[in-house]
Amino acid sequence: MRIQHSSGVLAGWFVIAVAVLMASPAAAGEVTLTDAGGRTVQVADTSRILAIGGDITEIVYALGADARLVGVDGTSQFPPSALKDKQNVGYMRALSAEGVISVGATLIVASERAGPPEVVKTLKTTSTPYVEVPDQYSPQGIAAKVRLVARAIGAEAEGEKLVSQVEADFKDLAVGTQRIKRPVKAMFVLGVQNGRVNVAGQGTAASAIIELAGGKNVADAMSGYKPLTEEAIVELAPEVILIMRRSSGNDAHDTAQLLEIKGVQSTPAGAGKRVIMMDALYLLGFGPRAPRAARELMGRMYPDLGGALDSGPAGTRTGAIK
Amino acid sequence: MTAALPIAAPIREGGRLASAHALVVFSALALLVAAFLSLSIGATGITLASLPRVLTALATGQHDAVSAREQLVLFDIRLPRLLLGMFVGAALAVSGAMMQGMFRNPLADPALIGVSSGAALAAVATIALGNGLAAPFTKAFGVYALPFAAFLGGVSTTLVLVMIVGRHGQLAVGTLLLAGIAIGALSGALTGLISYASDDRELRDLTLWMLGSLSGASWPKVLAALPFALLIMLALPRLVRALNGLLLGEAEAFHLGVDVDKAKRAIVLVAAAAVGAAVAVAGVVGFVGIVIPHLIRLVAGPDHRVVLPGSALLGATLVLLADILARMLLRPAELPLGVVMALIGAPVFLHMVIKRGVGGS
Repeated sequence: MRIQHSSGVLAGWFVIAVAVLMASPAAAGEVTLTDAGGRTVQVADTSRILAIGGDITEIVYALGADARLVGVDGTSQFPPSALKDKQNVGYMRALSAEGVISVGATLIVASERAGPPEVVKTLKTTSTPYVEVPDQYSPQGIAAKVRLVARAIGAEAEGEKLVSQVEADFKDLAVGTQRIKRPVKAMFVLGVQNGRVNVAGQGTAASAIIELAGGKNVADAMSGYKPLTEEAIVELAPEVILIMRRSSGNDAHDTAQLLEIKGVQSTPAGAGKRVIMMDALYLLGFGPRAPRAARELMGRMYPDLGGALDSGPAGTRTGAIK
Repeated sequence: MTAALPIAAPIREGGRLASAHALVVFSALALLVAAFLSLSIGATGITLASLPRVLTALATGQHDAVSAREQLVLFDIRLPRLLLGMFVGAALAVSGAMMQGMFRNPLADPALIGVSSGAALAAVATIALGNGLAAPFTKAFGVYALPFAAFLGGVSTTLVLVMIVGRHGQLAVGTLLLAGIAIGALSGALTGLISYASDDRELRDLTLWMLGSLSGASWPKVLAALPFALLIMLALPRLVRALNGLLLGEAEAFHLGVDVDKAKRAIVLVAAAAVGAAVAVAGVVGFVGIVIPHLIRLVAGPDHRVVLPGSALLGATLVLLADILARMLLRPAELPLGVVMALIGAPVFLHMVIKRGVGGS
């Protein structure tokens, strides 16, 4: 173990050499894949899976492999049974090496956002295969995510089915967004602290989902989440404001707090009380439900299109994911 | 502000000395027990009973899956964690004791000489700019970029402070205190500026770093901390006399034959190196630096011959015990170390303060 710590390059070559040697006479059911970090990972036993990342857990469930799932991370809020039935290894960016090992998984499938880096590095040195899954806020990103997870857990047929379903959902979404004549000006508010409004700029999952849903993120001149002054909010003049539903479920309070801010009141969204509240992981998780989340968001941003949308081909496509 | 607590009280001999010896022996025993527990307790349920099997496997070179897993947990996860925990606890407690002694102020801690705020600034910069401006740096140092940056940031901030304050010769403690506050505010402002520009994930990383954790412990980190552990062990015996002299006042220390200016510089630099290294491996861990030295003084008086070794032993013990709780309470998840430490330590300290009556008696 210690040799690998100190001479990473050598160990890297060693891993590649072993992978090359072992790739040819691979036993039945054994899979060799290249993960997001560019590592070659051998997966032999997929009977006990640990999923790290809310989107990864969602995909494992959608692939029907939840019976083989032994553990999840703290961000795995969907389906709600995940955190109840499976062991919870904690917040995905504050993992504990021994905690993860104690779950006794034979395969770890983790978002590339998992951390801290030292713990991830230690986990990669264990004999348990560790597959890092890329996280891109785009339709292609979701397909790549689903394919890698499916390949790692040995459910490729189900994976292709899920990918084609996700792609079909995105097509339905496109049918809707084509009918949009003028993109609505939307603003995503992460939270209101002491009257300070924290708004999503470009490069965020919130911005990506707004654009996918056919809206225009009014705050895309800045990047990341930033507190905005009331004046800036007046200037940006959003026509609709998005907020997250919290797990505590104090929805009315959040909306009221937002609409109490003078700067918000004077915007078209504030005047028309157009505040859309949606579940955080559903809206921002960029798992297989993302196209449907975008469609729901579109339906609520463009109520005039609503009737036309529901009669569309997507109306039948519900309930595929538990 | 001085002399509110028994920091500058005259050193009493006699009864205090006996309890001082008892305290050091007790702390050493407590540390042994804590170290044993730290190796034996963990989420996997592996205990020291597995040690013979791991050693046999190592000696014969015949590894099966079980012994490989046990070896990983005992030698590559728990042992480095134990060693770093001891180092962090001892370094923070001793630095706290030295700061309180030098500033003759019960509230003094290493934050006053800029080392914590400088380390935080560098850590924040590495987290937030790691993929942008600081990319070459993070590429070159890999997972050790953050610890390395935190150490450099902490120590260089203190060096700048010492150069500014001591450029006319004397390192005046009053000036050092105020200049330290100014430098701390400046680094704090820069930290705020960078965190303003970071995204939600980076902010979350930042918050977690500020709460401290030993979960990233590894052998390279132990090796990196080793020189600083040696530095503390070599420097402390040489600083005891100066610190005891400074308790009485700088003029008195001078008349006792202490080279006051040189001693103060040595104290500041040793504390900065120790705290810089501790923050680098474990993030910001509060509480130990202020509370442990006071706990020792409450029991054994202000003599640094007892306060320094006692703080080192008890600080290491406290961090180990808090770390065991941090990794067991929510297993397989983990709580931040700083949170656990203050949660269990603060009530105990409060109880002792009220029971033993600090301040007047």
